[in-house]
Amino acid sequence: MQAFKNFTGLVAPLDRPNVDTDQIIPKQFLKAVVRTGLGKGLFYDWRNQPDNRFVLDQERFQKATILVARANFGCGSSREHAVWALADFGFKAIIAPSFADIFRNNCLKNGMLPIILKPEEVEAIFQDVKRHEGYALTVDLPAQTVSDEFGWSARFEIEPFAKKCLLEGLDDVALTLVHEKEISAFEKAHPVPYKS
Amino acid sequence: MAAETLFEKIWKNHVVFERPGEPALLYIDLHLIHEVTSPQAFEALRNSGRKVRVPARTFGTLDHNVPTTDRSLPIEDPDSRIQVEMMRRNCREFGVPLFDLGSREQGIVHVIGPELGLTQPGMTIVCGDSQDPTHGAVGALAFGIGTSEVEHVLATQCLWQSRPKTMEIRVDGHLKPGVAAKDLILGIIGRITTDGATGCVVEYRGAAFEALSVEERMTVCNMSIEAGARAGMIAVDEKTIDYLRGRRFAPKGAEFDKAAAKWRELRSDEGARFDKSVRFDAASFAPQVTWGTNPGMVVEVTGKVPDPAAVSDPSERRAIERALEYMGLEPNVPIQDIRIDRVFIGSCTNSRISDLKAAAEIVRGRKVAASVNAMVVPGSELVKEEAEKLGLDKIFREAGFEWREPGCSMCLGMNPDILRPGERCASTSNRNFEGRQGKGGRTHLVSPQMAAAAALAGHFVDIRDWPKN
Repeated sequence: MQAFKNFTGLVAPLDRPNVDTDQIIPKQFLKAVVRTGLGKGLFYDWRNQPDNRFVLDQERFQKATILVARANFGCGSSREHAVWALADFGFKAIIAPSFADIFRNNCLKNGMLPIILKPEEVEAIFQDVKRHEGYALTVDLPAQTVSDEFGWSARFEIEPFAKKCLLEGLDDVALTLVHEKEISAFEKAHPVPYKS
Repeated sequence: MAAETLFEKIWKNHVVFERPGEPALLYIDLHLIHEVTSPQAFEALRNSGRKVRVPARTFGTLDHNVPTTDRSLPIEDPDSRIQVEMMRRNCREFGVPLFDLGSREQGIVHVIGPELGLTQPGMTIVCGDSQDPTHGAVGALAFGIGTSEVEHVLATQCLWQSRPKTMEIRVDGHLKPGVAAKDLILGIIGRITTDGATGCVVEYRGAAFEALSVEERMTVCNMSIEAGARAGMIAVDEKTIDYLRGRRFAPKGAEFDKAAAKWRELRSDEGARFDKSVRFDAASFAPQVTWGTNPGMVVEVTGKVPDPAAVSDPSERRAIERALEYMGLEPNVPIQDIRIDRVFIGSCTNSRISDLKAAAEIVRGRKVAASVNAMVVPGSELVKEEAEKLGLDKIFREAGFEWREPGCSMCLGMNPDILRPGERCASTSNRNFEGRQGKGGRTHLVSPQMAAAAALAGHFVDIRDWPKN
């Protein structure tokens, strides 16, 4: 995993609650056997409509790297393809009042920062995106803040362990294998229960 | 010793390593894998030169992509075929047992785990599939994971987990006749909403769940994720023990009795405390039908499609308007006036033998409405075999249902079983998201009994008024 670096990026607004991972990446893209190239499937059924109304079809959001969304973002299927697709499109952070658990975990494993802000703070970002063409936010993970050029800022919480893994780009498996002794001891005390 | 919840007992037994304030390294007893969420994990193992740490705790099946029609023919869709072939290759190369097409054990991952006795009380069970909490029905801690975590479990047989909150969903009293386990869980999700249990491991408690069969408990636990829960579980009782006895991978003879004695302790202690608790009366639940595009958008079968104009919260109003537009429904239409085109009886929620029996009981001697295309997809080869032994296939076929081969099928339509744009389906699956069963398809989630009756009538009916066979 690549280490997470602070950045300033364009914000794209997705003003719908309970966005499920079936919408983020529909089933036909789950037949992929690699993690790359899934950006073309991102919000496939909502994009490419004749009216080009969907936010990610609009010219002004093509270079967005931060998605601001509503509550319970990423609910439903555990498909990690949802995060791979968001990352492939260019997103590096997602801001919402709440995330579904598995989706949030999947973000953390891929260097994507899920930022939980209060509903009123999320609402303020939606309003600012409407007001200012090219509205951008700066994400500072060590300080746990997002801020804009007009002096607005908000603080977010993240577990210290997850923060450390993101900042150092730690390989989870390597981190676990440090505990080989403990795992082996556990296995000795708990033999495989199946006889076939 | 302080009173502990069922969750706390299982958690404590699986902590391999823990530092204060950090996630715990949890040992995983059983890892179930399927062809959709594992290829990238195996690829990563290959790239880093790692092995599967404990192949004997890892079991694979083919379910999402597989055709439910003639299995002697090759899989037509090239991408599906590649994924299936890659699964075979990965399992072979890494020494993981695979329940392949044509084997007697093949089926939907959450149907075969318990059916084969792989799923056992007190275990930690993961799968790269959000419906994994199904296995919690026998008193296990089971949760869905992403592909990176699949890789991690393959390589280490462990997972880093932050301790979730605990939530009690208590339903006292008894369900009324005609109200199925599916209605109970849909009704609960309607009341607590689709993120009502986010961050929590739910324990379903009370007389209503105790009265359910183990398979019915699986239907309840299966949809825990639809309320946002990490996992759902139900305490072990004699039904659990009886369910497991004699299953292929369950302990045998004296070892079974020894295991059963331990399993009987897997219940929350008197006075154990939960972080959150909700209570309902079983008698307050009726047959349910979803009208919208998430499982919390649900109403009783005697109810009507909601009217957004009657909702004051603007964001909720917009969500309802949008759902009604997608679903092609007008406000205030009685649920029983909604006509359907398709019926799907199947999925890891409702494709076990008791589900098929319940549906067949409604269907026996009757005909599917001329305007409806209906199908039954058993959850596994063993379910199919037993159903055919009981003659259920004949009942369904004679009524005009299609009788298919086991797999996930139209729950998510990764195989050719999909809805066409605008088609409306009564489905026993777990998700009514936009496009879930096919782009533009409209899904209404119901119980197997309600789906069967809808197939015959051509529209939703109240199963409680339906003439008994």
